[in-house]
Order: sequence, then structure tokens, then C-alpha cells
Amino acid sequence: MTVAEPPVARTPSIPLHRSLGLTDDELDAIRERLGRDPNDLELAMFSVMWSEHCSYKSSKPLLGTLPTRGDRVVAGPGENAGVVSIGDGLAVAFKIESHNHPSSVEPYQGAATGVGGILRDIFTMGARPIAVLDALRFGDPAEARTRHLVDGVVRGVGGYGNCVGVPTVGGELVFDPSYGGNPLVNVMAIGLLEERHLTRAAAPGPGNLAVLFGSSTGRDGIGGASVLASATFSDDDPAKRPSVQVGDPFAEKLLIEASLELIERGLVEGLQDLGAAGITCAASETADRAGTGVAIDLDAIPRREPGMAAFEVMISESQERMLAIVRPERVAEVGAICDRWAIGWAVIGRVTDDGDVSVTAGGHELARIPAGALTSNAIVHDRLSAPPARRRAAPAPGAPIVASDQLPERGMDPGAVLLALLGTPNLASRREVYEQYDSTVGTLTSTGPGRGAAVLRVRGTTKGLVAATDANAAVGTADPWLGAAMSVAEATRNVSITGARPLGVTNCLNFGDPTRPEAFWQLAEAVRGLGDACRALGLPVTGGNVSLYNESPSGAIRPTPEIGVVGLLDDVSLAIGPAFVTAGDEVLLVGEAGPGLGGSEYARLAGAAPEDGPPAIDLGREAGLQAFVREAVARRLVASAQDVSGGGLAVAVAEAAMWSGLGTHLRLPIAGSPAVDLFGESPSRIVVSARPEHALAVVRLAEEHGLPTARIGVVGGDRLVIEPVGSGATGAAEERGSGVADSIDVALADLRHAWDHGLARALGWDVA
Amino acid sequence: MTRIGVVVFPGSNCDRDTLAGVELAGGVAVALWHEQADLDGVAGVILPGGFAYGDYLRAGVIARFSPIMRAVSAFASDGGLVLGICNGFQVAAEAHLVPGALLRNRGLRFLGRDVRIAASRSDTPFTSLVEAGRPMRMPIAHGEGCYFADKAELDALEREGQVLFRYVSADGRPAAEGDREANPNGSLRAIAGVLNARGNVAGLMPHPERASEAILGSDDGLPILRSFVGAAARAEQGGWPPVVGAAAAVPVGVAS
Repeated sequence: MTVAEPPVARTPSIPLHRSLGLTDDELDAIRERLGRDPNDLELAMFSVMWSEHCSYKSSKPLLGTLPTRGDRVVAGPGENAGVVSIGDGLAVAFKIESHNHPSSVEPYQGAATGVGGILRDIFTMGARPIAVLDALRFGDPAEARTRHLVDGVVRGVGGYGNCVGVPTVGGELVFDPSYGGNPLVNVMAIGLLEERHLTRAAAPGPGNLAVLFGSSTGRDGIGGASVLASATFSDDDPAKRPSVQVGDPFAEKLLIEASLELIERGLVEGLQDLGAAGITCAASETADRAGTGVAIDLDAIPRREPGMAAFEVMISESQERMLAIVRPERVAEVGAICDRWAIGWAVIGRVTDDGDVSVTAGGHELARIPAGALTSNAIVHDRLSAPPARRRAAPAPGAPIVASDQLPERGMDPGAVLLALLGTPNLASRREVYEQYDSTVGTLTSTGPGRGAAVLRVRGTTKGLVAATDANAAVGTADPWLGAAMSVAEATRNVSITGARPLGVTNCLNFGDPTRPEAFWQLAEAVRGLGDACRALGLPVTGGNVSLYNESPSGAIRPTPEIGVVGLLDDVSLAIGPAFVTAGDEVLLVGEAGPGLGGSEYARLAGAAPEDGPPAIDLGREAGLQAFVREAVARRLVASAQDVSGGGLAVAVAEAAMWSGLGTHLRLPIAGSPAVDLFGESPSRIVVSARPEHALAVVRLAEEHGLPTARIGVVGGDRLVIEPVGSGATGAAEERGSGVADSIDVALADLRHAWDHGLARALGWDVA
Repeated sequence: MTRIGVVVFPGSNCDRDTLAGVELAGGVAVALWHEQADLDGVAGVILPGGFAYGDYLRAGVIARFSPIMRAVSAFASDGGLVLGICNGFQVAAEAHLVPGALLRNRGLRFLGRDVRIAASRSDTPFTSLVEAGRPMRMPIAHGEGCYFADKAELDALEREGQVLFRYVSADGRPAAEGDREANPNGSLRAIAGVLNARGNVAGLMPHPERASEAILGSDDGLPILRSFVGAAARAEQGGWPPVVGAAAAVPVGVAS
């Protein structure tokens, strides 16, 4: 076979494969699969497809251990998005993905194209995108660079999502110095589809045609997958700016409408979006899934600029493009729909039966690679894993940890601590951010951002969908297994407390350089924790994304397993929220505090290291708690349910009070120490409120699920009062010469003031 | 049944919401594609929210030149009822169907949140079922919603009763221009919506279609859509004379 050599710019001293990010071993593996030396174009195609981002070459063996089956799962990992049935012929598609490195280089476009990319994953499946959640992590908010990144990322998420008309309904915003050199931008999208419209990203039927539609192909995003997403940052980052794609949300809007119309009319045999690795990825993945080949005619691809080299066209990551596999007799109809939406389109190739991705230009064949060699048969690395020298043994699931509490709680005034916590950038109101997003377009949003999980109605039914994202990176720093397990527990708990049944889990694993044994160990432990937690809760992992090399000269990020969960409500009108509802309702604590302040916001405030004893998790108890609360909501026994997480019980109750405008007076039994009970973040606890006549039934139901409960007070008034009682409620006040234990007693207006202004103050937005 | 047209520009993203809102309000909703040059015989037209043609230059500025807008302008000059919501208001202002202009929000950021507005009068095709002065809660979602006109024009609008909706505080009092909480985009004289001089075209920035069912948190917007559908039905039968003039105006905050 003769293959013409396309020109690729070379640095004479460095072999081409290395300058493309491939190792010598990987070059050997490519030769083995081809049975010959690759030419430059082929090498470029391999370099993007064998990038960590596209091939999962380090994480694949780990991800294979995750539970992925479930009765309702229609499409699982390996597809563009997970799809789960919700009955009535409807299904929900959802997935979370990272756009960390592009956002670090160019925050507005990086975040914007992150939204665009995940939306395409959703509508490629035949689903109309109905919601976005964005989980963002940045460094110290006092630093100018952090402020620049926050501003750009938030504008980028809004600029794209607001224009395409998909509401941003939730997410996270977390500050920690470890993200200073490497922010995290994880975006989750949710779509709704009729199951009969489920579309596969495959290229079946030799003889069918490959139609590229959407924007033309330019030089933006060359090597995004390999250069940006799969290497550690260094000081020459500005040079990487050409690797960041540029987004056009108006083009995406047209693409959504045209794609859904093509699917609804049954005009496509397969549909794939063009993301990382561009045409190369779309052609090889669709061919490999169908067991076919795809022959690309390079000359037919519409270009944005003249003079583009073959490799540039083949690996460009220009945004807002789709590849449809179409029967020849339907091409005219497909073209007419694209024309109607003023979208460019071209037949750029055909499906073959030879199993190869081939590229031809001017009558010469420039490349020929078995589709599988680029995708399912890509190289897999067996990375070295080693725990850090200084670490605790990972706990067995459910085994309690007895941690010594090193924090300076003696002498603290709990009311002052609560106000300080409410004003910290990690716990204060996110309103200044989420108000920059359109959260109500689509008229599906029943509960938008700022009040726990988002609730969306399903039009034409009584059903509702509930979504949340969470990651506990602080605990994961000490114990990545525990961090992942707690992340799953918190995200699913946030869904369950509305009354919804979680349907499945999507995850975005943000970790460091996998060739570093310690970083790979963190990833391995986190995947083990993710799997253990999902099995304990009976949930499938329906898809996700792995983002490695999140390191900068200042160090690696905290291991951050971002978890996205979607749940189903049979009757959306029965959903409950975290805020108190009626004065006179009883307040109950379900679950009990365990020791371990490590990783808590209180510990951060007190200056403790995250390695200091984190709390334990009992996954069986977590499952019982979530089953309890779903049943309590279904039986209409509880009026509100609030998760105890960041900032502990005191912050949880303060939020329930502020959001309702109703105060409460609580007497809290202290078992361990006031700091642990008030501000500890041990999992598997919720605060519920109930009509007094239902309180006993709530206690009994909790008992049936093996859960301890305490009836701790009553809703009402305009102050938050928490009186510590019991054997542990002594110490601090006595030390200051007072005869009684310290209580929290703060006016709601003061809580609100601290909480409302904390974020703007931290980011310097309050002086504008 | 009264047919209400909802114009669909390629970048409209509130078209489906508005079509659904029209149906909830008792009308028959008809999508009107931006390239068509006639209005399909509808009794009233709504220009919905979104980003008509991407709005990269300025909100609504391109849409004004579309075939459908030529038809909408002709319809309006014949006395036809037209309501512009959010981007639709921007398009209507660019097309000079309603007075004034929408500038970038004070603070220069997009704002998506609930506001309260109140109608100044109940004797228009857009507010016949709305109690003047009563605060109504509904979302805004825009980057360019700061209402602007020069002082003489603002005085004239107030004098002629063309200030149809104002941003108000929870108790119904008109918001001050500098009240970031109640009038977040900084609109002059807290103007959220205006009427044209003839009284048959209105624009407003907040989204009544997003506040038309209790499950969405508010149904305060539904009476606006119902008023519009009802007025269109009467206009179809030749019964609605659009009324405008200072005498008919009820100052905000007085009626309740």
C-alpha cells in the first residue's frame, strides 16, 4: 500500500511522535497494530486518539470495576451519555464532563465550550437538553488570578448556556488553594428523550454516507485533547492558547434544533458530535461501534481558512459540528433540514466494510488505520500505584474511625463560629454567581439554584427530575476512598431528601499525573470508593469522564471525584425542600454525629490540616437513611428535609431557617464534643421538620430503618437558638468563667447578612 | 378559538415556552417562522425571548430586518396586537414599534432572577385581567434590559400612560432607579414594560410565560397572557378599540 506523506511541522531535534505527546512504547504499539511505520498524518491521528482524554489509557482498567447495570439503564458507559428510562416511554440522558485545562488557559471560552461540548453529548443521543449544572473549583479567592478565572468562567458558562436556552439549575463553587494553578470546570447536562428516539453514535450499513454538518473546520483547538487535556501545566501556557476552542452558542442552538429534527424524522442511522480529536474521533468511534469502516474524502470537508494541512483538518476541534450517518436516498432531505436552519453541510465520506478509517485527498490515500486501533483497541497502560508514605489505613466500609480531635474548640463561642462559617467563601450564598445564569428558560424549573438539589418537572406527566452534583475533595486528600464514597453519599442524599429515587450516577474524576504512583493510587482508591458506594446504594454508574494531569508548578489538585446524580419523582408536586415550612413544626435530627473534624470547613477555619482524622462513613446506614427519607416524603410525614454537610448541623439548620424566614429553638444532645456535634461534617445525617402529630411516626419509621433520631426542637420565631445539652455540653463556657454551656442564639437577620455578603466580599465584588 | 402567533427566530429560545403559555391562557398557539412574509391570519403576535440571530452585535438589531418583522410591523400599523417579551421587547424597540431602548444592565452582567412588577393600568389589551398596582412575581433573564429614553420622552410616556409595567418592591411601591434589589437592571424610572402611543403594541422585559403555573413557583404572569388572548379574540370580532391616554392611567401603588 502506498500512503502519501502529508507535511507536519517538525522540530529537527525531537522525534515527531514525542512532540505529539506519544512515548516510545506507544510508537511501538502503533507499529504493532499497523504492521508498519505510521506516516505523519497517521501519527497525528493516533496522538489525539491515544491521548488520556480520548483513550482512558490509564483509567480503563479501574473503570471496568464499576457497577453499570440497572433495570432502567438504556445506555451506559461508552456512549456519549448515560440514558435511564423514567417510564411512559420517556428516558433521561445525563453526563458530566470536565473542561479544566482550556478554562485555565482562557476561562471564558474554556467554560463556554465546556457547556457546548456536554450539551452535544446529550442531544447526540436524541435528547433535548433541559438543564445544566456546573461544578467549579478555584484557588484562593483573594488572589487576582483566581478572581480573573472566576469572572471568566462564570461569564462563559452563562454566555453559552443563556444563549442556547438551556437553564443552569445548580452546581457547586468551591475554593481551595490546591486549585490555584489548575481550576476545575466540570459541567453536567441533562436531557429528556422519547425512548424510541434513542440514537446511537455508530456508523452502520456499508454504503451509507457520512454527512458533516454545522460549523466549518478551522485551525482552532488543534491538539486540544493531547496538548491541553493530557499534560501537566507548565509556564509556557500562553503558547497553548491556540489549543483552546472558540464557542458559538447561536450555532449550537441551530445544531440542537436541526439534530433533533433529523432524529425525530428518522433520517439518520447514527449521529456523533465532534469534540476532542474532531473528525478523527467521530469517524473511528462510529465505525468501531458498528464494526464497519469510514472512508473520509478530505477535499469535501468545508474549511474556515485556506492552506490547512491534512492533519489539521483531521484533528481540529472546531466547535459546533456533527457527523451523521445517512442512507444515500435520504441525503437530500437531511440537507434540506440543515438549509432551513442555515447550517452548512457536506457529504464527507462513506461507510465501508473494511474496518478502517481511511483519508483520501486529490485521489491519493493519505492514511489508513483500523478503526479499533484508534478506539477500543487503543493502548492501555498498567500504571504503578503507591500510597503516600504518610497515611492512615483506608477504613473498611462501615468501620468507625476514632479520631483524636486536635482542634482548638475549647474557648470557642459557637455563635461567632457559626457566623464566621456562613460568611466563608465555601459556605456563603452563591447568589452572585447563579444569578448570572438563566435558570428558568424552558419552563421546567420547579426548584432552581441555591436551595439544595434542583427539581424539574417533566412536561405532560406528573413526574419530576431531581439533580445534584457533589464532591468531597477535602476528605479525599486524607483518604481518596472515603472522599469518593462520601461524594456519592452526599450527592445521592441531596436527591433523596426531596423524595426522589436516584436513578444513576455520572462522575468526573479530576486527578493528577497518573504516571506518578501516588496520584494513580489516589485515582484507584477513589474509583474503589465510587464503586463501593454505588453498590451499597444499589445505583449504576451510567457514564463519566476522567481528567488527569491536573497539576501545575505549584502542585497537584486535591483528588476530586465530582459526582452527578439524577433522581426521579413520581409526583413532582410532592417534592419537599430543605427550608422550614410552618411555625410550630417539630425539628428532628435523623442519624447521629460521628467523630472526625478533618476536612470540615470548621477545621479549615481553625487551621487544621485535612490529614487530621476525617469522619467515617457507614454505607449501609447511608442507604437506610435515604430509604427512610424517601418513604417519609412519600407518606407525607415530613415538611422539609435538609442534608447535614458543609459547616455541619449548625449551618444546615441556619440555612433551613434563613431560606424560610422562620427561626427555631433547638436543644441538641451533645455526645462527643460541641464542635463535632455542631460543626462536624460526618455523613448520613439529615434535619427534618414535621407537623407535631407526625413526629412520632417519623421516629418510628426511622427506627424501622435502624436510624437513631432525636426530637430536638420547634420551628418558629426570628432567631436561631441551639442549646447544647447532655454530658458533652460543658467545657468552653466554663473555661471563660460562665456557669452554663454556650448556646448559639443569633437573629436570622444577622445570619442572613453574613451569608448573603460572604462571597462578594471574598471575591472583591462588593466594592464595584 | 383565537389563534396567536409566536414568532420563531432561529435563536429564539423562549418560543416553546411562549407557545405553551398561550395555550394555558386559552389561545391556539401558532409558530411563525422568521422567513415567512405573512402572519398566517393570526389575531395577535408575540415576539418571544431568546437571542434572535445570536445577538452578537446588539440585541434585536438584526431581527428587525427579517421578513417576518416586515409583516409584524405592517400588522401593528394596522392596529394589530403585538406583545414583545424580553428579546421580543428588544426586537420591538429596535423596530421602533415601541418607544425607548434597552441598554446593558447596570453592573454589566446578565441577570437571571425573580423580580416583582406592577401594571400601571388595567384598561389595555395586555392588562385587562391584571389588577393595577398589584405586585406580580416573575423571572427576568437578560443582559440588556436597562430601559432608556431621554427625559422629555420619559415625561411624555408617563403623561400619556405608556409606562405599562414598573419594577416594584414587595409592597408594590415603584422601585428607585438605584434600588439594585427591586430594579436590578437599573431601568430609568423603574420601567419594565411600555406601550406604543396607539396602545396596540407592548414590550416587557420579565417573562410572564415563565410564571404561568404554580409548579414553576408563580402564576402571576398568566393574567397578562390571558388579557392578551382575550383582547385578540375581541379584536378578531372587531370589538376591541385599543384605549390609551393619560386619563385612563392609574398610578402604580394607588389601586391596591
